[in-house]
Amino acid sequence: MESNDKKTCLHACHVALGAQMMPFGGFDMPIEYSGLDAEHRAVRESVGVFDVSHMGEVRISGKDALRFVNHIFCNDIESISDGQILYGMMLYPDGGTVDDLLVYRVAEDDYFLVFNASNIDKDIAWMHSCAEAYDVKIEDQCDIYGEIAVQGPDSERTLREVLGIEAADLAFYTFKSLGGNPEVIVSRTGYTGEDGFEIYAAPADIVSMWEKLMAAGVTPCGLGCRDTLRFEAGLPLYGDELAADISPVEAALGMFVKLDKPEFIGREAIARQKEQGVSRKIVGLEIEGQATARHGFEVLDTDDNVIGSVTTGYNSITLGKNLAMAMVDIAHAALGTQLKVRIRRRVVPATVIKKRFYTPNYKK
Amino acid sequence: MTRFLKSHEYARIEGNKAYIGISEYAARQLGVVTYVDMPDLGEEFDAGDDFGAIESRKAASDLFTPVSGEVMEINETLEEDPTLINKDPMANWIICIEMSDPSELDSLMDEAAYAAFCESLH
Repeated sequence: MESNDKKTCLHACHVALGAQMMPFGGFDMPIEYSGLDAEHRAVRESVGVFDVSHMGEVRISGKDALRFVNHIFCNDIESISDGQILYGMMLYPDGGTVDDLLVYRVAEDDYFLVFNASNIDKDIAWMHSCAEAYDVKIEDQCDIYGEIAVQGPDSERTLREVLGIEAADLAFYTFKSLGGNPEVIVSRTGYTGEDGFEIYAAPADIVSMWEKLMAAGVTPCGLGCRDTLRFEAGLPLYGDELAADISPVEAALGMFVKLDKPEFIGREAIARQKEQGVSRKIVGLEIEGQATARHGFEVLDTDDNVIGSVTTGYNSITLGKNLAMAMVDIAHAALGTQLKVRIRRRVVPATVIKKRFYTPNYKK
Repeated sequence: MTRFLKSHEYARIEGNKAYIGISEYAARQLGVVTYVDMPDLGEEFDAGDDFGAIESRKAASDLFTPVSGEVMEINETLEEDPTLINKDPMANWIICIEMSDPSELDSLMDEAAYAAFCESLH
């Protein structure tokens, strides 16, 4: 069946590899190739490559670029230098989350923003709606860039030996341009809890890099293990742990909101939440038994009152534990709290634990 | 004799007993099975009812019974090792139902019809 979903530049490669395809964020994307578990382990133990060309990219430049990006972004881009990257969110005035994103500081007047595929139209419209009083150029680069993520402990060597890219000089959350038009950007970033790189380049260049990686035997990895990997590392996914009605403080990501910055959209709301506390929070859960707690399943207290719901859950491949992230009432959010999760017809015990289930192996 | 539902459950018929599991096609689509949520012995179901669920990393799928009747047996080996379903889904049935109305089998797909149905999904 022909779907109406958009195709990335690597779509034909996925089909040729026999990937199981599924719609995600408006794109027809590979969920798995050889098998989710093997792909997940490849990233934890050696190296794997993801097609992440569905991600959105925008270039913001101009005289007021710094002031404008700091206006729409809750982290502080004055705290970094050119060549560095910050993770953070765009917020609504009420503190809810427009999206979470990466901001690459190319120069004081030039920024590269990378955000979720499912939010591309909304994000770009939001940026324009906030830009009236600023002298900036907002350039949609979604179609001129493809993107791959090479992730895992062997990724630095893979970039050098297979792609001819020397990246040993890149520290975590830094990037460099390799020139070209559009310029090829390589950053030491990822969404797996491992060392790794993300490469942005013209679609034809991305296809040629992908083919070299396949020829070298690098494991192609689908969105299935992208989710299990980010989950183990306690990283949020917009739509699960973040949403228009979930603030970064509720998502336990308050450290990415810099209140010492004098002004940004959502600042007053977040200041209030940090001062007065929030009524609910994302926590980690360790669940008894083997049944997976899926998004939306109810979380109960020991008296069977519904006090929250699961945002993401998996039987962890790396840790061999049955885990979930859940949004729960703040009264039940302390580590060690005994709770229960309703999994279809059964109710099973769960314990609140740290949501960073797996300690990331980043190269600092 | 084996009969199939469009939701990819099979019923392997031995006398009045129906051994119900998921097809090779379904097992392949699902990926590595992590858990099978099974009913209790003695529970009664009508044809088409969901009697449990099967999970992989990717998804949980409800399980539907092709025939009506009472659960006589559950395959406890799947509690130890649910991936047996990936190794041989036709041998590793999930529950056994004592059929209350064997005439229901007439409305199910036989192996040839099911194979043609799976082919049509591509």
